[in-house]
Amino acid sequence: MKARIIVTLKRGVLDPQGKAVRGALSNLGFNQVKNVRVGKVIDVDLNGVEDEAQARALIEDMCRKLLANPVIEDFSYTLEDE
Amino acid sequence: MKFGVVVFPGSNCDQDCHWALGRVLGHEAEYVWYQEEDLTGLDCVILPGGFSYGDYLRPGALVRFSPVMEGVRRFAQGGGLVLGICNGFQILLEAGLLPGAMMRNKNLRFICQYVHVRVERSDTPFTCLLKKGEVLKIPIAHMEGNYFADEATLAQLKAHDQVVFRYSSPGGEVAEEYNPNGSLENIAGICNREGNVLGMMPHPERCCEAILGSEDGRMIFESIVAHLTGVGV
Repeated sequence: MKARIIVTLKRGVLDPQGKAVRGALSNLGFNQVKNVRVGKVIDVDLNGVEDEAQARALIEDMCRKLLANPVIEDFSYTLEDE
Repeated sequence: MKFGVVVFPGSNCDQDCHWALGRVLGHEAEYVWYQEEDLTGLDCVILPGGFSYGDYLRPGALVRFSPVMEGVRRFAQGGGLVLGICNGFQILLEAGLLPGAMMRNKNLRFICQYVHVRVERSDTPFTCLLKKGEVLKIPIAHMEGNYFADEATLAQLKAHDQVVFRYSSPGGEVAEEYNPNGSLENIAGICNREGNVLGMMPHPERCCEAILGSEDGRMIFESIVAHLTGVGV
């Protein structure tokens, strides 16, 4: 089983990177862009985990313990069978 | 009186700390390799600046699982003095020994310059030779020094008087224009409730000799010594 984890800054936490990207997009003429938030994608390849519930429990544990910083970041993820 | 300077893979201010403590100030200082867990015999542990574990994932995120951090946690719980400087501060936050988190600097640039910080507390082991309101001239050098905490955490920090340093003007005025990195309420350093763990972004070890432009960093290390020898708080 594979997981794609998306880590983003919490709503309400200022994202200077996103702001800079938004500015660059508007310089390029993309004036339709209202807001940009930059996050991270982490792909995790699980070994010997077939059960979805087990995979979810594992991924959430990993995110809480290491992959996301709960003070400033939220996470979401999708699972994919190989 | 013995200082321990932790060496993580990627630390790059460990030698500066060792130099400032040992050669400049004449105290006993030894390196502590990050695989060591036993910190007995030390009076104060310094987590130096640098890029431990290459800042991978987030600054300080991976290092908190190293053996020495288990030792640091126990050392702090037992009342030992822990000073985290720059990356050391980021590590203390990631390890949960101090509240909050570091964000990338507001201007998205690495900032390396002298700044001024106002001393907000003189009753900690790290500031007992300083006066409240005194201003230190001290350098910063970081990419992620933009301190953030949610409202509840900030309220707790203030309620327990945990802000030790704030970015200020040379005269001690705290205002947004003197905030180099976007840090919440100009916060440059905080301590835990007990006061024995301090994290600060500025580098006191880089300003202990006049030739370097300032000697203000000395007072932080000398405060620690005064505290431990019973002269200070």
